[in-house]
Parts: sequence; C-alpha cells; structure tokens
Amino acid sequence: MSLSAYFVINLILALLLYLYGRSRAIAFSSSRKLFATKGYFGLHNLLVAFVPSFLFVLIYTLAEPGMIRYLVQSALPSVLDVEPESFQFIYNELLNVHAEIIPFDASNTTHTLGLAVYVGAINTVSISKMLLFGSIVLIATMYALYRTNPSFNARVHAELMIKWILMLLSMISVITTFGILLSVLFESIRFFGQVSIFDFLFGTQWSPQTAIREDQVGSSGAFGAVPVFGGTLLIALVAMAVAIPFGLFSAIFLSEYAKSSTKDILKPILEILAGIPTVVYGYFAALVIGPFIRELGDNLGWQLTSESALAVGLVMGVMIIPFVSSISSDVISAVPMSLREGSYGCGATKSETIRNVVLPAALPGIIAGVLLAVSRAIGETMIVVMAAGLAANLTFNPLEPVTTVTAQIVTLLVGDQEFDSAKTLAAFALGLVLFVVTLLLNIYALHVVRKYREQYE
Amino acid sequence: MSRDLKTLVSQGLKSRYRNERIMRSLGVTALLFASGFLLLILSIIFSQGYRAFTQTYIEIPIELSTADIEDISSINFQNKIRDGLRELFPELQARAELADLFRLASRGASIDLERDISSETPPGTINFIALASSDVDMINKGYFVDSESPRGRLSEQQYEYFQSLTDRNLISRQINTNLFLKGDSSYPEMAGVMGAIMGSVFVLGITLFLSFPIGAATAIYLEEFAPKNRFTDFIEVNINNLAAVPSVIFGLLGLAMFINFFGFPRSAPIVGGFVLTLMTLPIVIIASRAAITSVPPSIKEAALGLGASKLKMVVDHVIPLALPGMLTGTIIGMARALGESAPLLMIGMVAFITEIPQTIFSPSTTLPIQIFLWADSPDRGFSERTSAAIIILLVFLILMNLIAVILRKKFEKKW
Repeated sequence: MSLSAYFVINLILALLLYLYGRSRAIAFSSSRKLFATKGYFGLHNLLVAFVPSFLFVLIYTLAEPGMIRYLVQSALPSVLDVEPESFQFIYNELLNVHAEIIPFDASNTTHTLGLAVYVGAINTVSISKMLLFGSIVLIATMYALYRTNPSFNARVHAELMIKWILMLLSMISVITTFGILLSVLFESIRFFGQVSIFDFLFGTQWSPQTAIREDQVGSSGAFGAVPVFGGTLLIALVAMAVAIPFGLFSAIFLSEYAKSSTKDILKPILEILAGIPTVVYGYFAALVIGPFIRELGDNLGWQLTSESALAVGLVMGVMIIPFVSSISSDVISAVPMSLREGSYGCGATKSETIRNVVLPAALPGIIAGVLLAVSRAIGETMIVVMAAGLAANLTFNPLEPVTTVTAQIVTLLVGDQEFDSAKTLAAFALGLVLFVVTLLLNIYALHVVRKYREQYE
Repeated sequence: MSRDLKTLVSQGLKSRYRNERIMRSLGVTALLFASGFLLLILSIIFSQGYRAFTQTYIEIPIELSTADIEDISSINFQNKIRDGLRELFPELQARAELADLFRLASRGASIDLERDISSETPPGTINFIALASSDVDMINKGYFVDSESPRGRLSEQQYEYFQSLTDRNLISRQINTNLFLKGDSSYPEMAGVMGAIMGSVFVLGITLFLSFPIGAATAIYLEEFAPKNRFTDFIEVNINNLAAVPSVIFGLLGLAMFINFFGFPRSAPIVGGFVLTLMTLPIVIIASRAAITSVPPSIKEAALGLGASKLKMVVDHVIPLALPGMLTGTIIGMARALGESAPLLMIGMVAFITEIPQTIFSPSTTLPIQIFLWADSPDRGFSERTSAAIIILLVFLILMNLIAVILRKKFEKKW
C-alpha cells in the first residue's frame, strides 16, 4: 500500500469515529448532563484514531529503506557469494535493476537471485507494516469506542492529548540540535580513528586529496587543519574590520541622529542588503571585487590573485553590516533616556554623550552582537566557495589566497564520494569544529544580550 | 572666576562642535557606503543580465513537401534547418564552409522546428524563426563592439555570413522564452531556469507545509502551555542557538541523517525541504512567539473568565489574533529558504539536470544553485544568464517580502 493509501484510511477512520463520538454524545445528553460538550467527544476519538497510527506510518516509512537493506544484507550471502566490502556496490545495482534504471539481465545470477532476495525483503517489510498498522488502528478504535460513554470527561482527555502533541512538536527543534551533534560527532569519531586528533588540530599541512593509487604522489593525504582555521580567521578578521565600523556608525546615526523620515528610507536599504542571497554576494565577489583588487595590485606593481582574502572578506563584511547595525541599534535604543538626559544636563554635546555615556552603557550588548557577527562570518559558505581559493596557505597577509573551513567542507563533500575515505570524513570533523565554535560563541553572546536587556528593564 | 570658566568653555567649543560634525558624518559615510555597495551590486547585475531576456533568432526558409507532412516522423529536422541555411547562401559549396555556416544556428533550432510542425501544417515554404547559436547571439547583442576582436568567437567567414544575414534583415531579437520555459543545458542559448524554479517550488512547498504547523505549534506550546521550568528554558535557549547555527551544518545533518541513515535519494527536493524546514523553524518559532505575546492579556483573561478552557481560549482568541504575525514570520522564513544554497550543495542538489523535475523525489536543483552552477562557466552566454537568473531570484524575493509587508500593514493592530 502506498503512503497516501495509509493516510486516506487513517483519515476516513478518524472521521468516522469523530462522527460516532459526536452523535453518541448528543444521544447521551438527552438523558443526563455530560462533563463535556459533544465536540470534545468527537475530538477525543479523532485524536485517538489518527495520531498513533499516523506517527507509526511516518516513523516506519522513514526506517523502511534501512530495514530492507538490513534484511538483504543478512540474507544475500546465503544465496550469493558476497564479500562484505562489495555489498554496497551489489546493493546499489539491485536498487537500480529494481527501479529499471539498469535493464534486467536473466543470465546474471546477481540479478536473478539477488533481485528475488530484494523483492522478498520489500514484501516482508511492507506486509509487517500493514499488519502493525492494522493492529494499532484496531486497538485505537476499541479504546475510542470504550471511552464513548456518558461518564467520560472527554474535554480533559482531549485537551491533555493536544498539549502532548504540541509538546512533541516543540521537541523537534531539540531533536534537531542533537541530530546535528550526533551525526557530526559520529562521522568525526570515525575520522579520528584514521587520523589522530592532534595531527588534525595542530598539524600545518592540509592536502586532503587522497589519490586513488597507492604509488601516486601525495597519496597519503595530510589533514593538519591549522592553515584552514587560519584562513577562516583571516577572512573573518577582514570581514569584521569592514562590518564593525560601518555597522556601528550606521547604527549610531540611525538611532541617535536620524529623523524618523530619514530612518524610513535608510532602514529598508539595510534590510535589502541583508535580504540578498549569499550566492549573489559570492558571484559579485568572484566577478567584480576579486578581479578589481587584482588589477589594483597590477597597477601598483604587485602580483595578486583575484582570490585574495581581502576581496572575500570585504564582500562578507558588507553582507554583515546590516546584522551588526540592527543588533547595535537595538542595544543602543535600550539604553535608558534618563542617562542621555543626565549627560545633556551637564552640558555635553550629542557626540560626547554618545561616546562617554551611551556607548559604554551599550558596550556589553554591542560586544555580544559582534560575537554573533563573527559566528556568522566563520559560518558563511557561498561567498568563500565561489570567491576564495582552495589552496591551504598559512599566512596572515590578506592579499594572498586562503581557504576556509566551510569552503573545505563543500569541496570535500560535493561530487562523487565514498563514505569511508578520510577525505569525506574530514569534512565532518571540520563541521564538528565549526559547530562547536559557533555554538560557544552564540551561547555566550545570547547570554550576554539577555543579561544586558534585563539590566535596563 | 565665572568669566574664566566662560572663556575656558568657549575655547573648547570649536573643537567640540567639530567632533560633533565628525561623529555625524561618520554615520552618514557608513550608510552611504552600504547603500553605494547595494547600488553597485544591483546595477552590475542588471547591466549584465538585462540582455539575457532577449535572444537572437535567424529567419530560415524551410521547404516542406506534401510527403514530409504526411509522414512527420521521418523528417530529419536538423537537415531541414541546414537546407534552409544553404538556400540563404547558395554560393557556398565546400564542406568546411558549410560546416561553418551550419554552426550559426543553434542545435535547439531543430527541436523547435519539430515542435512547430504538425500534420495540419500546409506544405510549401515556411519562414522559420530559428534559434541562433550563442556566439551569434553575443555579437548581435553588441558584446564585442568596442573590443579588439569584433567578431567574438566566430570565424572570419562566419562573421561575413552573419553580416550578410543582418543586411538582409533576417536576424532578429525576440523575448527569450527559453530562459523561462526550459531546464538547464550545456548550450547557453538553450538553457533556462524553469527546472530550477520547479525545484525551488517543490523544496519551498515542503518547507512551508512542515515548518508553519510545527513552528506555530511550538510557539503556542512555549507561550501558552509550557510550565516555567528548566526544561522549557533549555528548549528556548536551544531554539535561539539553532537560529544562529551556520547553514552548511544543516547540510551535514541532511547528508548524514536523511541520505546516509534513512536512505533518502540524493539531489531530491524532499531532502532539501526537510533540511530547509529544520533551518527555518527557529525563524518561524521566534516570529510566532512574538505574535502571540503581542495579543493583549486582557482578551485572554476575558475568555478564561467567561469559563473557556485554556485550549478554547487559544483556539478562539489567541490564534486568530496572532495568525497574521505568524504568517508574516513564515513568509520571511520562506524568503530566507529560497535564497539558501549551502545546505543544498551538501545533499547533492548541485548537478547538471536538464529535465524539469516532476515529483519531490526526482533529482533537481534550485534557483540559487542554478546561479552557482552558471557562475562557474567562463562562457559569456552563461554569465549573462547568471545575472538574469539573479534578477529572477531577486524578483521572487521582493514579491515575498512585499506580501509580508502588506500582510503586516493590513492586519497589524496596535492595542
């Protein structure tokens, strides 16, 4: 049965039970006073009939490919002579034959016997799905019928169930965090089984391209990530050198000097700048800013590439200006008016007030905003993928090309890949570092922002 | 004494006022820089991209005999186009010359011809408007007018043929329907964004379908039902942090979890939709919570005071009043998802796909990824299209944000 068939059966049954509960409640109410209105009897039955079986179908369907694979993996060796290493290859071929992407070859034993095993596994899995679904539906129906009686408080039960459903849905964001952590951690551990964690964190050679043949040059691959971290830091530094002054000064102007009519024009400009997709910034960096800086260098007699850290950082900085500006303006407007008025009362000018009163009072919040912006800069992907280089240089000269963590993650994982090589696993190790660093920055910054708000409330 | 103070103050006044002006002008400079950069980006993209919205065509006479019409399947359309071109230049005989000539028309021309001819077409000569090759298109659009080689990538002979066709008024520029209606292609003149747009529609559809209900439910739970305890605090901190996790990390999650663990197909919009759902959820939740908190407590208390249960109060009063705010937040989240590309690169949505995707399981790309793919090509025809695709993407984004603004303006209530 297809997914939609399950869904339709589920829905029809739930509706029937809803109508049943409702009509029974109307019948009950003629003889005695009920604890709940008729709608709640219906709602209770609807939830009982729909939710458990729907969840079951959802989870089972997600797990189905894995179960089929497991069944085939355990049954195939008894039919065919399969090495564990080549299983993935054969399994993929079976999938393709079954989907008729590869034509069926009757003389090929892998096709004939393997396909029988595969089809058998599909049948086993789908029949057990149907049986389990049927029994869940049966139990739910019996429970709903049993509960449809005059002394049942349907309202309390239905509302409790809805509360639980809401809580389950709100758990998805928590599950996401753990999902990220687990999936990145799991692959990273596999990576650290092949490459020592100290070599990864403190090594200064990064050339992850492992060759196919053993005897090729550089076949081992080197996974010292220091140059990658250095490059990320360098680009983030350039970006912050652009974003902090421009963002901060525009925030000061917008929240302290600008009239509301000027604000109405200027704020949308920053919002548009924030809304431009990063791929557009990346294209712009690669197409305009990079070549422009190279030509500028040519005129000065320097040999520059168009992939310099300066070009990438500059565009990234512009991208982050609105972010710094909006956080800083929030923080600055949260500084109480009384502080400013006190300063004006002492005879200070506006700029003196800003420098000596408003900014010091807003400093913790601004620093937190800057930290959030830093975590943005090191996590930014498209600009660096499109405009930065791939060679890992350990340098602090912004005119040279460098590579970043995100650019490496993308290059290591895009295209053909096998999942056991150190090369692809290295991307997850880089991802782990990126996740942990940005998480720490965010937790600290959000904590500071929260504390800061409480201080002035 | 007071006179001393007065002179002291007035001595300092000049530099203090100067500082005042400096502070002000720094702010103005910062904003000018930001708006200047925005203007630069938009003007460069526009000046590069607007020409891609028209395309060069060559008018070629196509001879159709009665026998051709009777048996359309046997027509070799490629040869028909070639015969037509030969007819325009009867003096050419040598093989090399003819091969040069044939290259003026696009490979797509024969496909268009095949589409245009049916069994109802009257036999005789028709003037077919054939798609020109990208090299011809570039010259006709004036890309090489001021450069050292005005004939671009055309050979000397080809340039002469082109000139002769122009003199005979057979070259024309028309609205580029291919750009809007076709999928990707390795020939720039035949490449379009329709495949990518369909991919984006599928991905965004799934994202909307999942993130709005889940986000709204989470917000309602946290604002109205959750007990104030450590665990609720943890969920809150967690959501705020999730909003700041780099998008590429969500791509890693999608790859490790949905593709490797659950066995979903690579490059499919369904996985893209899942990943972007998880990414936009925090935005939707935060916006929805703000919308719910802005519902005045007096209304809630009135409902409770009249004997409504908590659920009734939420369903009948809080949700209707907070719905516009929730929808606005969702649309803004969708706009973010539409422009997002990094996590989709991770799950393999970056591929050369010529067919327009039909289902949420068929391999596809999205609009930003198409831009990324075309941006890599050194071909001028593609860089023109990259900018055009960016313009299309920006138009979609502007529309979505406009809807959000209108929604907010129309339904926002100041209590």
